[in-house]
This record gives sequence, C-alpha cells and structure tokens, in this order.
Amino acid sequence: MKLGFLVDLNLCMGCKGCEIACKVENEVPLSTWRLRVKYIDLGIFPDTSRSFTPLRCNHCESAPCERICPVSALHYLENGIVNIDSARCIGCAGCMMACPYGAIYMDPETNTADKCTYCAHRIESGMMPACVVACPVEANIFGDLEDDHSNISLYIMEHRGAVQVRKPEKHTSPTHFYVGGGNQTLNPLAHQRIEGYNLFNNITHLDHVGDKNHGILDRFLAPFVGHDALDNKSLIESATSEDSHEQEGGH
Amino acid sequence: MVESTIHATQAVVTLDVPIQGIVWGSIITVNMWAKSIGTGVVFLASFLWFRHSKEDMPNLKWTMPVIAFLALNVFLLFTLIDLHQPYRMVNIFLHPHWTSSITVGAWLASIFLGLVSVLMFIAVGEKFPGVPFKGCLLTKFGRNNAGLYEKIMPFLVFLAIPVTTYTAIIMAQASARELWQAPTEVMQMMWAALLAGSAALIFVSSSWTKEARKDLSLVLALSTFFSFGMYMSEYFFSFKSAEAEAILAYVHAGGSYNIEFWIGMVLGFIIPFFIAVGNMKSDNKTLLNFAALLALVGLFLVKDVWLKIPQMLPLS
Ligand code: SF4
Ligand code: SF4
Ligand code: SF4
Repeated sequence: MKLGFLVDLNLCMGCKGCEIACKVENEVPLSTWRLRVKYIDLGIFPDTSRSFTPLRCNHCESAPCERICPVSALHYLENGIVNIDSARCIGCAGCMMACPYGAIYMDPETNTADKCTYCAHRIESGMMPACVVACPVEANIFGDLEDDHSNISLYIMEHRGAVQVRKPEKHTSPTHFYVGGGNQTLNPLAHQRIEGYNLFNNITHLDHVGDKNHGILDRFLAPFVGHDALDNKSLIESATSEDSHEQEGGH
Repeated sequence: MVESTIHATQAVVTLDVPIQGIVWGSIITVNMWAKSIGTGVVFLASFLWFRHSKEDMPNLKWTMPVIAFLALNVFLLFTLIDLHQPYRMVNIFLHPHWTSSITVGAWLASIFLGLVSVLMFIAVGEKFPGVPFKGCLLTKFGRNNAGLYEKIMPFLVFLAIPVTTYTAIIMAQASARELWQAPTEVMQMMWAALLAGSAALIFVSSSWTKEARKDLSLVLALSTFFSFGMYMSEYFFSFKSAEAEAILAYVHAGGSYNIEFWIGMVLGFIIPFFIAVGNMKSDNKTLLNFAALLALVGLFLVKDVWLKIPQMLPLS
C-alpha cells in the first residue's frame, strides 16, 4: 500500500475548510500549520484571477527530512506515510532545514518538530483524513496509489499528462499530486510578496521557533521546575508584542 | 502602480502564512566556528611537527590539546543549547539513524573530543604536575601513559578530517537550502579549519622560532586566499539553481547581510592575507596576532551570513 494525495486545483475554491479541519483534528497550535491554503493573484488588471493552492507535507518517497533526522523521529510507515514520533524528537530542526517544501514546524507547546501525517491515526481506524472529509467540493482526493482502482489512481489515469508535483527537481518523489496547477501555483519563486497587497496585512509570527516561553535556560530547567502552561492567549500576546515582527527565530 | 510593474508571468501572494524566518541562527554559527578551531589546531600541529623539531614550538604539545579541548566543548555546548529538547541529545546515541550526517557527526565529534582529552591529560600532566590539583587521577593517568600521545596523534589527524567536514554534509543534506552544496561547503570547511587553526596557534606562538611562525603565516595566507576565492566565486557565480540565484540576488541588493558579508570578507580574509604575507618576510608578532584576531572575527561573520541567508527564501 502506498497512500497518496491529489488536489484538483480546478475544483478548490479556497474556503479553507481543510485548513480548519486539520487544525482542529490535530490540535495544531497558533502560528503553526500542517495544511494551509495559499492565495495568489494572477494577471494584470482588469484581466486578473485568484488561485488557491492547499499545501501540506508531500510524504516524499525519498524524503530528505527522514534522511537527516538523527534519531529516526521521522520514519516511514508501511503504508508510505512519513510519520513523526514527537516523543523521540530532539528538536534539532534538521528536518526543517531539509524539507524543500517548508512543511515542518516546531510545535510551540511540545518544542518538537511536527507536520502533516496524512492523519495516520485516522487511517489506522479506517477513516479518511480530516481535511478530505471537510472539503465541500471533493478537491482533496486520497487513497492507495498502488491500487489501480482507487479513486486517486483513476484520477491520475484520467488526467495523465497534467498531473504535477511540487519541485520535481528536488528528486524527493512526492506522493502528493496536483491537477490544474502550473508554475505560478506550485513554484514559490514565481510569486511576489508585496506588503500591502495581502488580504490581511502585517501578518506576524512568533519571534521564536518553538515555544517563546521556553528560553534556552527553560529548556534545561523545564523537566525539574515545569513552566507556565501555554494557551492561545499567551501565544497571541507573544505574536503581537511590539518587537516580534520579522525577527529571527532566535533559538 | 504595482499592478502594471508586475511581470505577467509572476503571481502576487494575497493570503499566506508568514515566512518562518531563521531557524538555524547564530548559535549554529558559534558551533561551526568553534569546531573549526578545534580541528584546525590539530591539523596545524601535525603540519608543524612534520616540518620542524619539537623544540621549535616548545609549548605546542600542551597548548594544542588545551585549545582543541576548549573549542570542542564550546562547539558541543552550542550544539546542545540549540536543541529544543536538550536532554534528548542522548537519543542520538541510543537511537542513532545512520543516514543522518548529524548522527555520524555527533559520534565522530564525541570520539574526537575523547582523544583530544587524553592528549590534554598527558600533556598537562607532564607540564604542570600540580594542575588542576594534586593527586588528580586524570593527569596522573596521563603522566603514566605519556607514550600514548604519539600513538593517538595520527588517528586524531585522520579523524579531524571527517569531524571538520561532516557539517558540510549536514548542510548538503539540508536540501531545502540550495546555497549549501556539498563540494564547495566541504572545501570551505577545510579552509576554515586551517584558517582558524593557524589563527588560534598564532596567539601562543610568541616563544616559537621565526621559521615555525613563518609557517603559521603561510597557512594563514593560503587559507584566507582560498577561502576568499571560494566565497567570491560562490557569491558572484552561483548559477547552480534558481533558488541560490534568488537568495544571492536578494543579498546583492543590499541590506544588513550584505554589509556583514563584506565586513567579514575584508576583516577575515583580505587584511589577514596581506599581513600574513608581509609577516613571512619580516617577523612582527604584534601584527600577526592582530591578523589572527581579525581572521577569527571575520570568519565568524562570513559563516553567520552564509548560514542565515538561504533561510530567508520562502519554500512554498
Ligand atoms: S514534504 Fe517535506 S516533510 Fe513531507 S516527506 Fe517530503 S521532505 Fe519530509
Ligand atoms: S527536529 Fe526532531 S524530527 Fe526533525 S530532524 Fe531533529 S530530531 Fe528529527
Ligand atoms: S491529512 Fe490530516 S494532518 Fe495532513 S493536512 Fe490533512 S488533516 Fe492535516
């Protein structure tokens, strides 16, 4: 069995239902994401269009994140999922440097790396990933790539020649495909990020990779003295504090 | 108006998460910088002992392992504090994943530090019998096994090569950052080790013969020259990938990283090169110490820029 994803960008309407479903299902903390829907605007006024691209881990068959992980916290499951064992992760961030798609984040609550797991816990109990269930237009197609009769295999057959992956030049062999995409949707270098042209401007991020409340000393002391529990309020405060914008990871 | 200046093939991002920013920051720079000193002094010591008699560098036997020991401990400390789960560092030894250069490097560096420590116990035990205190078992062990020094040294030099270069392989394995490519990074790490090793030994070379110091100047001159050459060719002619080009174009456009890079180039490579070349003719210890200091500061700045700039690029 080799599980895979396919997103039909012709169907995606950018509702972000999958994004929210993923956040809720996997309790993804503020300022981090496993799946996001990116909006880009194309063309020159008045001939313009908006395009939406859901982005998540590609569960690469030749995954650089798995290769670089010094303790096998990132590992393959038999069904092809690149899973992560946060209890083993040492938080070296090597995987964040290795994933060419920026799919990994440092969880601010556990101070360990995390990412989309193709909802491995749901698959195990025979359910579909949360983001697939939430999609109102069935733009997310999930299934076994080795089964010729699975939805995803049939979809790939039907659209052969038009099925793409992100950054094929990285030789990662993603098991996550797109239909209806192009250079502009899938290549981040074809995008401009111009302040003032976002739907929301001044978007900030935590000034710390991982938990701001775990300074270097806290990381050593936490097992003995504990630390204040993190909640969304403290995360918002740290994200909106005056000097947090555009700072280095500072870890 | 921006609408009319955007190229038709370009898209404008209108809703997205912020770019993550720098994940491997200056802590990792200190890590690489200190490791360069730690392995560099081993290379230099073996080179000098090959070229000169031991009496030409009377304090080298104990200063080399002491400098290496201190530098490697700084390196390991900064490796540890960079981890988000520092106590789990032990997992690298309990659950090693051998495809990872981080694992291989951690094991090799630990063995390397172990051997350097033995050399230090032997040399310090011999030279300063009362240090750190009378009856210290480690220095006593060193004194009783003084013959080990010569036996360990060849292994140490051999081991210093992968310990110097494994970070380059980590950077190559960090395949999201196209600027870091294995062949150039490996050579840059080697030159950095020779540069840092010669610079560190210059500080303790005042009692050495002129000829020995001249050799230090020679290595400093060569390593600054080739480091500079490699960075320049990477900086201006990195046509390897669209991503490397994009990130260098961003730095070329100016900004703090551009300034830091050029300060590093001038302080770390250009000025020390000329001082070192000059010093091969006329032996000026003060000037050579100054060059060594500049080289170490400049090396840090350049490594810092090179580490951070590829992380400015959006990956998705
Ligand atoms: S997309 Fe990134 S995180 Fe996911 S398997 Fe590939 S390299 Fe790993
Ligand atoms: S941060 Fe964790 S999962 Fe990522 S490479 Fe390091 S140990 Fe592995
Ligand atoms: S498969 Fe699960 S973890 Fe992955 S993006 Fe969908 S909901 Fe999130």
